[in-house]
Formats: sequence, structure tokens, C-alpha cells
Amino acid sequence: MIADFGFGVLLVAFLASLYSVIAALYGEFNKIPAMVESARRAMLLTWPLLTLAAGILVYLLVNDHYEVKFVYEVTSRAMPTYLKVTAWWGGQAGSLLFWSWLMSAFASLVTLRKWDRDREFLPWVIVVASVTLAFFIGMNLFFENPFRQFYQTFNNEIAAYTFQPANSILFTPADGQGLNPLLRHPGMIIHPPMLYLGFVSFVIPYAFAMAALITGRTDDRWIRLTRRWTLWAWLFLSAGLVLGGRWAYDVLGWGGYWGWDPVEIAAFMPWLTGTAFLHSVMIQEKRGMFKHWNMLLVILTYDLVIFGTFLTRSGVLSSVHAFAQSAIGPLFFAFIGITLITSVALIIYRWDLLKSETQMTSLLSREALFLLNNLLFMSILVVCFWGVIYPLISELFTGQKVTVGPPFYERATGPLWATLLLLMGIAPLSAWGHSTLKTLGRAIWIPAFGAVIVTAALFVTYTQNVFALVGFFLVALVILVTIYEYGRGAYARSRSQGENIFTAFWNLTGRNRRRYGGYIIHLSMMLMAIGILGIELFQVETQGTLAVGDSLQLSGYTVRYKEVASWDNPGAGVNHTRAVVEVYDKNGNLLGNLHPRKDYYYDTQQPMTIPGQLASLKDEVYVLLIDWEPITPVGTTFKIFVNPLVNWLWLGSLLFLVGVIIAAWPDKDPERVTVRDGKRVPQASAAD
Amino acid sequence: MTESQSTPQRKGVPLWAQAIIWVFLAGLLAIVAMGLNRAQQGTIQPGHAVSDFTLPLFSGYEYEGKSEVHLEDFRGKVVVINFWASWCKPCEQEAADLQRAWEKYGPTGEVVFLGVDYVDTEPNARIYLKKFGITYPNGPDVATRISQYFRIKGVPETYFIDREGVLQYVQVGPFSSLQQIENIVDPMLADE
Amino acid sequence: MSKNFLRDTQYAILLLLILLSSATTVFAQDPTPTDDEVNRIAKELYCPVCESTPLDVCPTEACRQWRELIRSMLAEGKSEEEIKQYFVTQYGARVLSEPPNRWASYLVPVAAFLLGAFLLFRGFRLWLRPVTAESASPKDEAESVSQDDYVRQLEEELKKRK
Repeated sequence: MIADFGFGVLLVAFLASLYSVIAALYGEFNKIPAMVESARRAMLLTWPLLTLAAGILVYLLVNDHYEVKFVYEVTSRAMPTYLKVTAWWGGQAGSLLFWSWLMSAFASLVTLRKWDRDREFLPWVIVVASVTLAFFIGMNLFFENPFRQFYQTFNNEIAAYTFQPANSILFTPADGQGLNPLLRHPGMIIHPPMLYLGFVSFVIPYAFAMAALITGRTDDRWIRLTRRWTLWAWLFLSAGLVLGGRWAYDVLGWGGYWGWDPVEIAAFMPWLTGTAFLHSVMIQEKRGMFKHWNMLLVILTYDLVIFGTFLTRSGVLSSVHAFAQSAIGPLFFAFIGITLITSVALIIYRWDLLKSETQMTSLLSREALFLLNNLLFMSILVVCFWGVIYPLISELFTGQKVTVGPPFYERATGPLWATLLLLMGIAPLSAWGHSTLKTLGRAIWIPAFGAVIVTAALFVTYTQNVFALVGFFLVALVILVTIYEYGRGAYARSRSQGENIFTAFWNLTGRNRRRYGGYIIHLSMMLMAIGILGIELFQVETQGTLAVGDSLQLSGYTVRYKEVASWDNPGAGVNHTRAVVEVYDKNGNLLGNLHPRKDYYYDTQQPMTIPGQLASLKDEVYVLLIDWEPITPVGTTFKIFVNPLVNWLWLGSLLFLVGVIIAAWPDKDPERVTVRDGKRVPQASAAD
Repeated sequence: MTESQSTPQRKGVPLWAQAIIWVFLAGLLAIVAMGLNRAQQGTIQPGHAVSDFTLPLFSGYEYEGKSEVHLEDFRGKVVVINFWASWCKPCEQEAADLQRAWEKYGPTGEVVFLGVDYVDTEPNARIYLKKFGITYPNGPDVATRISQYFRIKGVPETYFIDREGVLQYVQVGPFSSLQQIENIVDPMLADE
Repeated sequence: MSKNFLRDTQYAILLLLILLSSATTVFAQDPTPTDDEVNRIAKELYCPVCESTPLDVCPTEACRQWRELIRSMLAEGKSEEEIKQYFVTQYGARVLSEPPNRWASYLVPVAAFLLGAFLLFRGFRLWLRPVTAESASPKDEAESVSQDDYVRQLEEELKKRK
């Protein structure tokens, strides 16, 4: 009953979003502001409606309503309540609803702002956002309805239906199948919402870009309106990716955080274009150049978001084990096709209006370096995209199934990443407009010299690996350049304002949040790069079967097997097998006990391998319990990784959050300042 | 700023560039569409004329002394192709029924059973065959060529090909009884 | 400059790969190969039935069998190359972590990069030319540049030095 109600609410939300599309178009074409206003209100209505629908779904999940197919598939009685709530996004239908819900929240937020100055954008922003929203709700409504219930017909067949078939009764299974144990990890609970937040918030810049293209008001107003959105979107997307990595590291039990899996890459691609956009958008703001390019990046990001969702849900990538032969795939495809073609056609149509206002004056100017940065990000995107569709192409044209795995991506993107690091080192030192080799050289020699010294020190004490040394040199260069720049700014400020250096630091960052937030982000990326270099180049592993008391040695560590125990946790429906191992360092000092374990979930009949981790800034000992035979006393098999420097990656991600929040934090009065600068431009374009 | 805008430079995108853009986009979408189409396709459907393939056979599981068979050789006979693997639990449910069906139809010379071992290791495959006393010809699906042709979605799957080499029936998942197999094979034998 | 660097890196990567691959083929033929020796090869192979899971970390029974197969082949004295080749002929090219004809997979990204670099370079030249032709615009430039906080900052600094 209540499930039917949920379906009804979903339907109303769908109609409301459709209505807002139609009303906005009608109002726009017939110049009826009241209609547009009505569309805006309809749009505002979708969020409460979807919240209600979502609330109903969560209610069903929490209260064990197994007659609802979705509830049956993702929860079980043994699961704690918080997991039942998060099971909302643990399955296809629920996660689509989750997506729509977030999308409507963002669309509502954006329609709530003051529109006085940007009336002409409003109808089109509504149209684009509502079309996207209607598409996702429609998906839920017609193909992946989370409120479908089991009915038993008279010939004893049980199946899930949206509407009760004739001569049938509701069927309630005694217990659900339970959530995939891999999805029960805290990382997996936060990771999808973050990723979705990132995905969804990129719809807003897209909507504004489209509105600018359609109305022909192609100055950088739309960019000023959306740049903070974009930063937040980027923050969420980045956080989602990092959390996904952490989750993989903690539960997948292969000692890594990133496997260049197509699903990961699908989420990574919008990040690449988004990052490129964040950089190139600054050129447009400062110099009025590359407007086409920015539009294109926004469109690409939006369509890559949809494409990523499509890839992971349509079964295109996994042709042998395609479980979902639903109509979702073709619809997603059609949606991508239509939006991509419309957007590109619009850009071509408006090409003239998007002319650059100034010219480039130097190849070493900051805008030129930003363009190089864009070239590199786009090249990485091409590598990723190609890697993802290459198996498809190979199978279609040669009939040969192939895998494109990490070696390809590492080899193809490695040099690109290295060049990006180099750019990151140079760009902050170059000025907008013009720089020369001389000015650059003067600025860079001190940090470069410092980086050489650091590299030499590393060569003597840490590693002779060429890649590592090149990598560490670049990292050191970027860190030193950034600190040098930061320090110079703070020094200048403390001199001129008579502040002490720390106050100067603080105020400098506060006054110039975007710039210095950006620097902090660069620094955080460098910390991450240290971690990535460490684990990629120096990870070692060993595996062995041990009797109690035996030990394994790996890169100076001794791991001694102490004991193993296995017990049932009936309340949670889990069997735990936990080993205790001791870790000693080179000199035989006990560093600590680790508890690698294997959890077996009875409801889903799936095992999960949880590593024991001994973390430090130098490295991390990561012990996995691979195999354990309760009957035969042969021993227990352990796999041990030593992952050097990996924790810098996680530290870097924390600093990263700080940096983005500094850069994206709303100004006290964001409109006043920006509009005064931008005002000249619309007037100029109106004049001709 | 106004100057650069008022001076008429290139107007819009040149046609050739537009053409390139659209061709590129169309190509991209076409590839994805083809991939999607492939993913959405099920197994090959009844009515499909099955083209020839070669199946090498495990020693001890040859067909009339031959260590390699071609589908073409069996024109005029009903062919039952069963995809299985030793790591596949559901396959074990149907193994005995398939063997009994073989024992029933094999001697008539009218029906040929072929076991195609899908991505498996030979030692384990042999253990499996021995365990269920299977005697009909069996061989590995080398480089998954045969399974790719049939576009199998998993194991076990069984394909019934009539005397003319046309696919008549596809069983996805295990058989639950001998009767079930007979119900498929008998009408095909009756069809002369 | 960046291009040279690129080429060097790729060259260096290639060298390292050659070194690595020769290093891994050297190890002796123990009577029972250790887990580490098995994993070293399994790491480079993909599970033929799972989606993008390397064989060394795949937890299924089938994968365990494949690892045992690698072990027995190693015990027979087969080289890494022979084992990989065996897997490819048995289970198809998808067990390799990279497509077999490598150049085809690298062609498109490299071509795209070169095309992008070419377009960018051409663009640079196009964008730079008008400025050198008209000497009027640089002044306009200078004005808009002064909005840049970075330059402002430097100017501030300069003032203090006076």
C-alpha cells in the first residue's frame, strides 16, 4: 500500500518536472513571465516530492518490507538499521532515485537564488535541469521502479509488478537477500553519495552554459555564476574518487587503491574535464579568451557524467555477464546522443559570439601554460576513453576480446602526468599576459636548485630508481615553487601592511582564496603524488603458508603468525575468522599486532577479506588472510604487502579538502565585485 | 576589445570543420551503439543456421577415434552442444541427466552430444568428467571461440541443432530432468 | 622541452620494462614453485571469467585452479612467456593485461596528443601574430593585465624596495 503511494509520489514528481520544462518553454517563447515563474515553482516542488518518495523507500527499507522487490534485494533482517538506510543506494533502482533526489535538491537551490540580473537565463536553466531530472525520474518510474512488489498469481508464480495483477495476492518473503558485503564498508557508504553529488552538481554549470548559448548572452556571466558551483562539484567528485580508492584499499584485498577498472575510469573522466575546465575558466575570466573551449569542456563534463552512469549500468562493458538487460542502456544512450548533438550544434551556431576578446602575447604567459595544461588533461582523457572503448572496438571489428589493464594506462598517462607536474611547477611563476624566459628563469632557479638538492639527497639515501627520482624531483619542484610563491606573497604583505608573517599568511589566503586555495590544492596533489609514486614503484609483496609460530620476511619486516580463531556473530549473520600476527622491525622490536580477517556473510554467501594494516609515514604493512582450513592443520596462508609512502596519499587528500573548501568558500558579497568587472562586456556586445 | 569584435574575421565554423566534427561524433556514437547492441543481444536465437566450428577433443573423449570434430561432419544428425565448466556448480546438477540422455540417444547414431568445456583447466575438467561418468565427446573451448559465436551468457547452456544445421532450441541454465531433454530431442528426431 | 622530456620518459619506461621482463624470466626451476613465483605471473594475467580482476587477487575457486595450473607449469620448467602463451591460446587474448597488438592500442592516444599539440601550436602562432602586427593592442593588454593580483603584488613589492 505504502509502496504504491511512493510510486504515486514519484509519478507526480515526474509530471512536475515535465510541466516545468513545458511551462518554461511556453513562457519564454510567448514572453509570459508568470509562466516562467510557474515553471520555477514546479521545479521547486520536485525536491519535496522526491524527498517524500525517498523517505517512503527508506521507511520500507528500515522496516523490512520484503514484499518490495528492491527492499528484498538489498537488505536482510540481520543488517543494522544504518546499513538498511544506506542500502538505499546499494542497488540500481534506489541509486537512481538517490541521483534524482540530489539532482532536484541542486536544481532547487539554483532556482532559489536571486535572478534579477539574469532573468533571461532562468527559463533555459530550468529547461535543462528539468529535462535531466525528468529523464532520471522517468528511468525510475518506467524501468527501474524501486516500489515494485511481489505478487503471487493463482498458478503460484511469483513475480514483481508495479501494479497488482488480477487474481493475485501480495507475497512477502521471510527475509531479504542482504546487501553485498563489499558495500557495507563505511567507505562505500559515503563514496557513492559523494560521487553522485559531484556528478549531479556538474549539471548546473552545464545548464547555465546551455542557457548562455541559447540566449546568446555569451559573455562570461555564466562562468561567474557557476564557478563556485563547479568548485563544489569538483570537490565532491574528487572526494568521491578518493573515498572509492580508500574503500578499494580497505576491502578489496589486493593491496591497491586504483586498478584502472573501467568503472573507476568512468568516474575519473568527468574529473579530468572538470579539472581542465577549472583551469581554463580562469583564462576566460582574466583574459576573455577561449570561450568556445570552456563551453566544450562543460558539455563534455556533463556528457561524461551521463556516459559514466551509462557505462556502469548498461552492461556494455561486461558483455559475458550482462545481468541488466533492461531498457536503461538504450535510453541512456539516446539521452547522451541527444544532449551531445544539441550542445555541439549550439556551440557551432553561436561560434561567432564566442570570439576571444584579447590575444595571446606570449607562449610563456600563464594563459598559454593553462592551455598546455588543458592539452595534457585532454590527452589523459583520450587515453582513458580509448582504453575503455578499445575492448569494445576490438570485439566488434576483430571478434577478439581483449583486456586493457593498468600497464596500458600507466605507460600512456605516465609521461603526461609528469609533464603536468612540471607545468604545475612553472605556471604559478608566470604572469598573465606576458612572461619571458628571463623573468621565468629568474623566478624558478631557487626552487629548481632546491629540488635538485632534494633529489640528490634521495638518490643517496632512498632510491636509485630513475622514475622515482624524476617523479620526486618534480614533486619537490612544485612544492618548493608553491611555498616560495606563497612565502613571497606573505612576505610582501607583511612588509607593506606591517603584519607579522603568520597574520600575513592568513590574510593573504583570505583575500585571495582562489589563488591560495589553488596553491594548497597543488601542495595536496604533491603529497598524493608522493604516495602514488611510493606504492606504484616500490610496493613489494610475498605470500606464504605458515604454521603457528612461523614467520614471513618482507623488506625488513618480520610477520609472525600467532593464532587464528573463528566465531559466528549470529546477530549480524556473519562468521568472522581472525588471525593475530605480530610485526617486528629489522632489529626484532615488536611493532604491534595485526588482525587480518575474513568475514563470511551468510545472507549473501559472500566472503570479504579485511587486511590488517600497520601504518606509518614511511610505509604500511598490509597483511591479508588468504586461506584458512579449519580441518587440515597445514597452516594458514597470508599475503603481505609493504606499501611505501602510501599514507601520504591519504594525508594529501585531507589537505586537498582544505584547499578546495578555501577556494570554494562563498565570498561575503560574491555578486558585487564580479559584476562590476563584467559589466563592460555585455554593453560592448550589445553595441555591435 | 570592441575593435576585435567589430572587425569581421572568420564567420562561424567552416563547413569542412563542421563535417569533421559531425562525422567524428557520429562515429563515436555508432561504436557505443554497436557495443550496447552487443551487450543487449542474448544468445543466438533458434532459426539461426549455425556455421561450422572446430572442437578439439580431450584424449579419452574422442568421437569415433577422431581427436577433433567439425560441426559440418554431423550434417544429418541432431547435435546437442552443452557448455560447462568444472568450476560451475549448477553444471553438476544436470551432468548425470545429460549422460543418461547420451546413453539413450548415442547408440542410435542419430544424435551427437558435444561437451564444450568453457574456460577451464584440463586436469580439473577430467576430474569432473570422471566424477559424473561422462562418456560423450568433450573438448576445450579454445580461446573461447565457440562460446563467443553462440554468445553464451554463462554456463551451463545447451544448444540443440537439427539435421539441417539450424539451431532449434536454447536451454539457459541446467536441466532439471532427463525428461526435459527428451522433450526437446524427440520432436527434432521426428522431424524428417 | 616538454616533448623531449616526454620522449625520454617513454624511452626510460621501455628500458625498465625490458630489464624487468628479463629479470623475471631468470629465476630457477625449484621443485615446488613458491606462492610468490606463482603470483608474479598471475599478476600479469587476468581472470578469464571475471570482469577486470587480475588472477593473483581473484578469490574464486576457478582462479585458485588457474594459479595451481601456473604452479604446475612452473614446476615443469616452463617460462613465463610460455605460460602466458598457453593461457592466451586456451582462453583468448583477454587474459593478457594489455591487447596483444600493442601499437594499435597506443596509436590513437598518441595520434590524438600529437593532433592536439599541433592544433595548439598552430593556434599559438595564429594568436600571437596580430599582436606583433598592430602595436596598439599591447597597451590594451597592459591595462587588463594590471587586474592581475599577481602583478599587483609584485608592483607592491617593488614599491617597497624603492
